[in-house]
Amino acid sequence: MARGGRSTYGQRVPGTIQSIERAAAVLHLLGAVPDPVPLGELARMLDLPKTTAHGIVRTLCDVGFVDQDPDTGRYSLGSGLATLGQHVDPHLIRSRATNWADGLAARTGLEVQLAVLRGPSVELIAHVFRPDGSPQRLRVGELQPAHATALGHVLLAWSPVATRLHDLVLTSYAPGTPTTATTLARALQRARRQGWASLDAGVLPGTAALAAPICHRVGVGVGAMAVVGPRDQVLQASGEPHEGLAEQVVAAAQATASTLQDRL
Amino acid sequence: MKGRYVAAIDQGTTSTRCLVFDHAGRMVSVAQHEHSQLFPEPGWAEHDATEIWANTLRVLPEALAVAGLDVSDIAGVGIANQRETTVVWDRATGRPVAPAITWQDTRSREIVAQLDDGPHASLFEEVCGIAPAGYFAAPRLRWLLDHVPGLQRRARTGELAFGTMETWLIWNLTGGPDGGVHVTDATNASRTMLMDIRSLSWDQRLLDLLDIPSELLPEIRPNVEVYGTCAVGLPGVPIGGAFGDQQAALFGQTCFSAGEAKCTYGTGAFLLMNTGESLTPSSRGLLSTVAYSLPGAAPQYAAEGSIAVAGALVQWFRDALEMISSAPEIETLARRVEDNGGCYIVPAFAGLFTPHWQPDARGVMVGLTSYVTRAHLARAVLEATAWQSCEVVEAMNADTGTALTTVRVDGGMTSNHLLMQMVADVLAVPVERPLVSESVSLGAAYAAGLAVGYWPDLEGLRANWRRAAVWEPGMSDATRRRGRAEWARAVESTLRWAEQP
Repeated sequence: MARGGRSTYGQRVPGTIQSIERAAAVLHLLGAVPDPVPLGELARMLDLPKTTAHGIVRTLCDVGFVDQDPDTGRYSLGSGLATLGQHVDPHLIRSRATNWADGLAARTGLEVQLAVLRGPSVELIAHVFRPDGSPQRLRVGELQPAHATALGHVLLAWSPVATRLHDLVLTSYAPGTPTTATTLARALQRARRQGWASLDAGVLPGTAALAAPICHRVGVGVGAMAVVGPRDQVLQASGEPHEGLAEQVVAAAQATASTLQDRL
Repeated sequence: MKGRYVAAIDQGTTSTRCLVFDHAGRMVSVAQHEHSQLFPEPGWAEHDATEIWANTLRVLPEALAVAGLDVSDIAGVGIANQRETTVVWDRATGRPVAPAITWQDTRSREIVAQLDDGPHASLFEEVCGIAPAGYFAAPRLRWLLDHVPGLQRRARTGELAFGTMETWLIWNLTGGPDGGVHVTDATNASRTMLMDIRSLSWDQRLLDLLDIPSELLPEIRPNVEVYGTCAVGLPGVPIGGAFGDQQAALFGQTCFSAGEAKCTYGTGAFLLMNTGESLTPSSRGLLSTVAYSLPGAAPQYAAEGSIAVAGALVQWFRDALEMISSAPEIETLARRVEDNGGCYIVPAFAGLFTPHWQPDARGVMVGLTSYVTRAHLARAVLEATAWQSCEVVEAMNADTGTALTTVRVDGGMTSNHLLMQMVADVLAVPVERPLVSESVSLGAAYAAGLAVGYWPDLEGLRANWRRAAVWEPGMSDATRRRGRAEWARAVESTLRWAEQP
C-alpha cells in the first residue's frame, strides 16, 4: 500500500498527487490553529523545505483560500474558503446588475431581462421595461422553459449540467423552439463558441432575444442577461443580430460579473 | 460649446462618486470611493472632510478613464451632496479646524432645546420654513464655535470659512487657498436654519440669535449657474450647479411642476413634493424647503418628509447583527416567510424625523415571540421603511391637500423588489422607477448642463425620463389598516426612551 513513500502527514496512496496533499495539509494546519502562522513555522510543522512551503501558500493565496497579513506576513485561512459552498444570491446579482441592465435598455431601446436556472426553467430575477413609455408589466418571478429561451441556452451552456439536457421535455411553443436534443445541443455549442446566444421565436412568434452569461469564478454562469424585443429590432433579415448588439449585451453581463467579486 | 458629456459629483454619506452622462441623460461611467464613518461617542457621527476631498480628486480621473474620456470631453460638472453636514476650515491653509459633523449626529440637541425654550423659536419657522432641530447645519456650527478653542474669535476675523459639503468641494475645486470660490446654493442653504426662504439670503436676526459671525458664511447662489472653473480635478471645466442631494433627485426625476413627487431610498429616505411658488406650512412635521432656484426666476419650493433610517437599518442588520453578508440578501431571507410574524422594528436610532420629530425616541423591536425567526426580522426591517413612507405620505396628503396618485422612486434600495412592492401596498398607489436610477447625480448633471447650454430647458429634460419598472398595489384595505395600527403602536413604544430624568 505505502508504495508512494512516507511523509509526516500520513501514508501516501498510489496515484495521489503530492502537491494537492501538501496544499490540503497547509489548509488543515491553518484551520487548526487560532492565530496566523509565520512561514518558517508552517514549513517546520509540515516537515517541508521553506521554499516548497512558500510555493504552496503563495498559490493558495492567489486562489483566495489563504490570506497573508500585509503587516506581519503571517498566513491564515482565506475568505474564499468560507464562501466556497455559497451560491451567488440572485438578489445580489439583481442589485449589481441594475445600472448595467438600465444602461443596456437605454442604449438598445429594448426590454432587458435577467434570469437564473431553476430546474428545467429559467426564473426572471430582474426586468427593465422597454424604454418607450408603453404600458408594461413587471415580470420578475416568472418561469420560462430553458430550452425555448436565449436566457436558458446561455445558462445551460455555462453550467455543468450536460446530463440534465436528457431530462428536459422539449415542448414546442413557437417555430423557433428547439424540439430535438440534437438541435438544442447544437445551439448550446454555438453559444459557447460565440460567447452569447440568440433565439428567434423560441417562445413567441415574432419575438427574438439575445443573451450573454454572467460568469462567476472558473466561468460558471450564475445568471444571464438578455435583450428581448420584436424580431426586426434584435435580428437582421439574415438572422444575425444587429451590428454591435451582441457586444453590448456581453459587455453589460461581464461588467455585472466583475462587480460580483466584491461582496458588500 | 465644447464637450460631449456632463459630469456629476455625488458627495454622499458613505461615499463620493463621479458619474458621467450623455445628452440623452444616460449614464456612461461611474467611479466611487467610500470614506470612513467616525462615531467617536454615542450619538456622534463625523466625516474627515480632507479624506472626502482626496476621494473627490481620485474619482474624477477614474470616471473619465472608465469611459475612455478626456477632460476636454466634459462640458460642465455639477455637485450633489449629503445635506446639513457641517465643516469649518481655515481659508489660508485649507485645513478643516475639526472633523465634519454629519447630518446623523445628535450632539446639538441641547443647543436646539435652548432655542426651543427661548422667545424666538417661532422666528426660525417663520423665516426659514423649518422649526429648530438638531438635524440642520446651524446648531452644529454653533457647537463647533462653542467647543473648538479660539474658534469664535477666529471666525470674526474672517480667516475661517463655513460650508456644507458642496461649498467645501467648490472652494477646493476652484483653487482652495489660491482663489477658491466660497459659495453655496439655495437648496443647501435652506437646510442651515439661517436663510430667509423667501428672499434666499442670510437673515441677520437668526445669525444674531445663534451668534454666528457673517464672515464665516458663503454666498448663496441659484442652483443652475456657473460658479467658477475647476483649477484641479477637472481643470478648465466649469462648475455649473449644485444641489442638496434630495433636491437634486427631485430635479433629476424631472418633478418640475407642483404636485409631482419623488422618494429616494438610500441611507435615509426622503419624500419631496414640488409645491410650485408657494410655501406650504405644515402642522404634521413636513419641512418647507427650496426645490430649485433658477437665475432671474422665482424660487420653486417643496414639502419634504424625512426618514432618518431606511437603508441604514439594512446595513445594521448586516453589520451589527450579522444576519446577512450583503444588503441585497435581505430580500432572499425575507421571502422565506409570508409575513412579519407579528414583529415590528422601529429604527429610531437617532430619534424619529417626519412626522414625529422626537429626538428622544430610540429604536425598538416589538412583538417578539418564540415563533419569530430571523426571516421575520428581515421582513420587519423592510416593512419599517415602507411604514415610515406611509406616515410621510399621510402627512403630505393632509398638508398639501394633494393626494399622491403615484410615487417616483430612486436610490439603491429600489433594486429590492420586495420593499418596492411593500411601499406600493402600504401607500395604495403605483410606485415607479425611472430608467436612470441615479437621480441624485442626474439632477446635478442637469443643473450643470443647463448652466453651460448643453441642454436647452426644463422641457427638454422631461423628455429624457423613462419608466423602467412599476409596482402595483396589491394589499387589501383590511390588511393595510391592521398593519398601520400595529405600526402606530410600535412607534408609540419608542417615544421618550432617551429622555433625561
